Amino acid sequence: MSEDGEVLIAVSDLTKHYGPIRAVDGISFEVRRGDVLGFLGPNGAGKTTAMKMITGFLEPDRGSIAVAGIDVAADRLAVSRRIGYLPEDAPAYGEMTVEAFLRFIAEARELEAEEQAIEAVLETAHLRSVRGQTIETLSKGYKRRVGLAQALIHDPDVLILDEPTDGLDPNQKAVVQDLISSLSSDRCIVLSTHILDEAERVCNRAVILSEGRILVDSTPEDLVSQAPGHNAVRFRVTEGDAEEVAARLAETEWCASARVLPGGEVEVEPRDGENRLNDVLAAVGEHRVADVRVREGRLDELFRDVTRGVAA
Amino acid sequence: MSGLARRFTGFRAVLRREFHGYFASPLGYIFIVIFLIASGYLMVSRDFGRFLELREANLDALFSYLPWIFVVLVPAVAMRLWAEERRSGTVELLLTLPITLEGSYLGKFLAGWAFLAVSVFLTWPAVFQVARLGDPDWGAIFASYVATLLAAAVLLAIGLLFSALSKNQVVAFILAVAASVGFLLIGVPQTQEFVGKWFGGYVERVVSSLSLLDHFEALTRGLLQLNSLLFFVLFTVGWLVCGMLVLGQTKTN
Repeated sequence: MSEDGEVLIAVSDLTKHYGPIRAVDGISFEVRRGDVLGFLGPNGAGKTTAMKMITGFLEPDRGSIAVAGIDVAADRLAVSRRIGYLPEDAPAYGEMTVEAFLRFIAEARELEAEEQAIEAVLETAHLRSVRGQTIETLSKGYKRRVGLAQALIHDPDVLILDEPTDGLDPNQKAVVQDLISSLSSDRCIVLSTHILDEAERVCNRAVILSEGRILVDSTPEDLVSQAPGHNAVRFRVTEGDAEEVAARLAETEWCASARVLPGGEVEVEPRDGENRLNDVLAAVGEHRVADVRVREGRLDELFRDVTRGVAA
Repeated sequence: MSGLARRFTGFRAVLRREFHGYFASPLGYIFIVIFLIASGYLMVSRDFGRFLELREANLDALFSYLPWIFVVLVPAVAMRLWAEERRSGTVELLLTLPITLEGSYLGKFLAGWAFLAVSVFLTWPAVFQVARLGDPDWGAIFASYVATLLAAAVLLAIGLLFSALSKNQVVAFILAVAASVGFLLIGVPQTQEFVGKWFGGYVERVVSSLSLLDHFEALTRGLLQLNSLLFFVLFTVGWLVCGMLVLGQTKTN
């Protein structure tokens, strides 16, 4: 999270209802230059609605949004020139070729050096080989890159990407994630995802939304360290009784739980989330152990804990 | 930038894309072929235009049936324009570019209208034949083309409204045909007689002043009357404004 970059998105008390449903419920946050903010949350948490309001496609019921200091409600056109937006499922005109589609976007954005912009973005998004193909004939991974290319063509300060890797296979995901990572310096990116690994890989800030409210605003590393089971130690007892070892560990004051897993391994969770490997080894004493490893917290477990709390 | 120009920001890019779009698929060519066959048939048919029997050097036989062909074909030109954007989600892309809703709406309307104009001007061999066979009234022919384009514009604006209303192209098409037929039927003598009998002469005059067919005929006779021109312009603008209001509501559904 960058503390000193220029504020590019400032959202205050943003609220939107769909009939009786409160899709977004009074959220406020700022995103600075250099930030890659991941919106995490279950489906229906309000991620897409919030993004649509930032881009000016939806009007909020209450609250304000400023992009690069410009009020979205007052001057959507000026804001749209500063934003690159990839809507959910990367919609594009399927009957057009990649090149014709990008030319349309460049024309609509009234770019001065149209051809250079198109060439540059074909290069960045690795689309040169398919430039003459119609978009409907492309694979999902290419289509997504076409969506990213149109969002990037005017080299915007602000990128809003709604589930940029959703529905892609692991290889396509990696390509798109690398592309996003390569774009992150010198602008701000807001992306939504429900893949927590992706947030860890790409983002330097994570916001968990549920039922329209912000539950957590932190860095992915912090989230990992708060996750249940962070720094849990697992090992196999090669000489001695696993049950006895587990019982002995359970008596120590730093231990939250120690149990024998169905596969015969012992798992010890520390109470404070600190790395307790040395304490574990000391407590094991005369028993011989092997395959000792410390595991990281699992974001999805934290995510479930946090979002379940709201739903309950 | 003045306020009005700003309101229609981006219409040129949309106009160009949509106009090329008609020729990027077979749809545009199929439309033109069907239009030319239908208008040619109605022109020379013994049951309709009777061009060959009448032996007159004018094109009434051609122009008087064009509104009825348009009732079916113009909704076919219009149906895709918004329904497809909303079905595929590209409307979100379009309306987050530096393009206003009004600008994109106008761009699509002008693209459809330009395409219809191309189709209409492909009837030039008929003009050529009339000129070869006799001495036609060029003023009337010019006025008839103007009237045809104006009728196309008002029907296209109706079609665009229903395309903004329904995500389903077929539904948009059927509703637009029904509305256009209704709009034309106001002008047939039977309707006016019926209205006159039940509601009196004043209502009859009001209804007949709303008749597309009457205004169309008045123009094709070669009289570019102000009230008929205004009729077409006002109704086209009216339907366009209604469509923009509808799209403002339906774009996010």
